[in-house]
Amino acid sequence: MNIITPVLQARNISKIFPGVIALNEVNFNLLPGEIHGLMGENGAGKSTLIKCLTGVYSPDEGDVIYCDNRVFFSSPLESSKAGISTVYQEVNLIPTLSVAENICAGRQPLKKGIINWTFINAHAKELLAMLDVDIDVSASLSEYSTAIQQMVAIARGLDLEARVLILDEPTSSLDEEEARKLFAVIRKLKNDGMGIIFISHFLDQVYEICDRLTVLRNGEYIGEYEIGELSKHELIIKMLGKDLAQFEYRSSKNTVNKKSDKKTFYRVKGLSKRNGVLPFDLDLREGEVLGLGGLLGSGRTEIARLLFGIDKPTTGNASVWGLSGFIKNPKQAVDKSFGFCPEDRKVEGLIPDLTIRENIILALQVKHGLFKYLSVKKQKEIADMYIKLLKIKTPSSEVSVSKLSGGNQQKVIVARWLAANPKFLILDEPTRGIDVGAKVEIQKMILEFKDQGMSILFISSELDEVVRCSDRIAVLRDRHKIAELCGDDISSSTIMYTIANANTNASANTNANVSVNCNSGGQNEAEVES
Amino acid sequence: MNLRLLQFKSLKSYIPLFSTIAVFFAIYAMGAVLYGLNFISLRVFLNLFLDNAFVGVIAVGMTFVIISGGIDLSVASVVAFVCILAAKLMEVYNMNPFIVMIISLGFGAVLGTTMGSIIYFFKVPDFLVTLVGMFLCRGLAYMVDVRSIPIRNETFVNLNTIAIRFPGGARLPLVAIVFIVVWFMGIYLAHFTRFGRNIYAVGGDEKSANLMGIPVARTKILVYTMSSTFAALGGLLYANYTLSGYAAAVLGLELDAIAAVVIGGTLLTGGVGFVEGTMIGVLILGLIQTLISFQGTLSSWWTKIIIGLLIFWFILLQRFLSRTPKK
Ligand SMILES: Nc1ncnc2c1ncn2[C@@H]1O[C@H](COP(=O)(O)OP(=O)(O)OP(=O)(O)O)[C@@H](O)[C@H]1O
Ligand SMILES: [Mg+2]
Repeated sequence: MNIITPVLQARNISKIFPGVIALNEVNFNLLPGEIHGLMGENGAGKSTLIKCLTGVYSPDEGDVIYCDNRVFFSSPLESSKAGISTVYQEVNLIPTLSVAENICAGRQPLKKGIINWTFINAHAKELLAMLDVDIDVSASLSEYSTAIQQMVAIARGLDLEARVLILDEPTSSLDEEEARKLFAVIRKLKNDGMGIIFISHFLDQVYEICDRLTVLRNGEYIGEYEIGELSKHELIIKMLGKDLAQFEYRSSKNTVNKKSDKKTFYRVKGLSKRNGVLPFDLDLREGEVLGLGGLLGSGRTEIARLLFGIDKPTTGNASVWGLSGFIKNPKQAVDKSFGFCPEDRKVEGLIPDLTIRENIILALQVKHGLFKYLSVKKQKEIADMYIKLLKIKTPSSEVSVSKLSGGNQQKVIVARWLAANPKFLILDEPTRGIDVGAKVEIQKMILEFKDQGMSILFISSELDEVVRCSDRIAVLRDRHKIAELCGDDISSSTIMYTIANANTNASANTNANVSVNCNSGGQNEAEVES
Repeated sequence: MNLRLLQFKSLKSYIPLFSTIAVFFAIYAMGAVLYGLNFISLRVFLNLFLDNAFVGVIAVGMTFVIISGGIDLSVASVVAFVCILAAKLMEVYNMNPFIVMIISLGFGAVLGTTMGSIIYFFKVPDFLVTLVGMFLCRGLAYMVDVRSIPIRNETFVNLNTIAIRFPGGARLPLVAIVFIVVWFMGIYLAHFTRFGRNIYAVGGDEKSANLMGIPVARTKILVYTMSSTFAALGGLLYANYTLSGYAAAVLGLELDAIAAVVIGGTLLTGGVGFVEGTMIGVLILGLIQTLISFQGTLSSWWTKIIIGLLIFWFILLQRFLSRTPKK
């Protein structure tokens, strides 16, 4: 065995927050030239460890050793200057600055004392090109989707001079294709001798690129393993401390194949938005989960926004519960008992300074109207129920949401919409950043609510998940609905096949070109088609 | 506009700036139509720079404070204090005017750094801290002297004679030159220095800026240092412009400065703004005043009304622009 000295080391690090022991004597060794996976459920302490290593927090106890020296970074600035390049969990960029500037901020190249903008723009383009992203780098960051923003954050982290690269859930809003590009880049960096820490809840990705793993559970150090010596199953047991509850909930899904009597309550025809989506038809039925399958940027979120009245359609018509006419704004949607759990929890979702209870209760309170005030006791009951159901890791429901780990924040926003119990719920990437255990819980709840009659529009970048939960799947490609699958046709391979073989030149104004058509609601459908 | 400046942002973000420029020309054209060649003479134009020099200098500092996400209410009091202090030191204590200038600017820098540090380290809201600064300086100004002190110091008065002269009797005196120099310094700072860009980043999202390794503490504090120093410089310009010191001078000037900043396209929420725009904003304020003085019969309060309407219009414009949906 050859002995390589670690480039970055944590020795017996402890970090205590009020009411939570986030890290308890945790050890961690990162070797040069390896990709090291840091694993654990939501709230296990992964991000806290990263922040202790890079100077965001100072550890209460223990040492950080970097290149054989004990170091005390007092800010992210210091650690990055020392050669540790970090992409923190949430996309931490400045929305008002341009993409190029976000990539270079704080270390803009100077030429004769003035910032060299030509170089900055070129440099940003170059870094993004490594990830195969080709966008206008002079536009402000806020104009781009979460996925692109994540790519920009990663590009910022790709400092070739650095000795350590830390990626805290870099792929949470990327699709497979984009993740693959990222992996190619970090493999190359690894071969150049860089030490890379990789955090993700996607086990497949972890097994694809990591060399070694360190597992944390509840702030405790569980162990360090070679990737080869630990199967996925064993890893899950190590992370959760028990076996994963199997996905046993079977709903009425398999019966949909026969003639369905589910009632269509929301029907749109030829709906489109300029620069958003090409015209599409869609029927939403009561007690059914409709999945949207497709790659990033295929128009999934755009469809959701149109259906909820956030964006105005350019063409098309719609009828909701027998009344024809669009939903013109979110207020109307809420009045019709619709709910929308948005993709970007930071911008459109949580109110960080309110407590967990207040955040969960928000949508329910709006629905009840401001004058029917729910007693605090009742609110607490509801909040505690969801904290238990979704395993939100927190000392109490009265903690402010900003204190939760990333995945637990996501659970709160899902809880908010489930608590409101709308008739129609749009879930845009509800399981982003959520660990394997809790993901299964959320999927179960989706199916339970469906069986109680809720209609759900489910969007996720993970095809498996869409496949598992949906009764019908609308397949999208390049902002165009190309097919609708149902019953036995629902499988990852059919979706991928459909996307790959769709004829892009197909006329945009018709759905006649669907490769697998769905005729579940016989009677209903015939009416519309005539 | 220099094309190099336009390079790093899409055109859309410049709409507020363009509309500010358009408003400036519209008012100018209106003056030309109403009062003919007199109004558009070079002399009247250059006077704009002289009459508004102190507001302009202060507004540059205020722009950076607002871009960083803060506000500075103390500037007018700093002007009053510095100008009466300078008058007293020169007239009563016969101090050399250059030493007086250094003392004044030094006072501004210390005051600003102190306010900035309190805001950053003790997390006290910026408007409270600068409100304290505002009362403090105004109080100090009255402590120096409650009466107005005329300035007769020869060296200081003679600074007035330094000027760029143009054919036809128009001149650009030192005070106006200082204003223009500060303006260009501001533009340089905003676009071409790391410090300037860090101000935008901190104003855009302070928490992210910290995680991105931007020196948030230094940036936030220095912004106030700069604002107070520019305010002190404004005080000196004002003293030289009026040749007197008076503790009750320039009441409410901070609001004029904020108005110029807003009209210039800077968002009060921070992260977005233009020093160029602020300067046009200052000139617009000056132009409205000139227009009303040309008219002769209207009360000067009309200036305020028109400024109010303008601010309202620009706020509406910004609302409209920031509402455009994501790509
Ligand atoms: N600033 C804070 N104040 C109080 N508690 C905190 C703070 N930051 C984190 N915690 C707590 O520390 C624990 C560990 O959080 P951490 O963010 O490290 O989890 P994580 O492993 O990154 O989880 P995830 O996968 O959800 O991102 C959580 O219980 C969280 O509530
Ligand atoms: Mg985390």
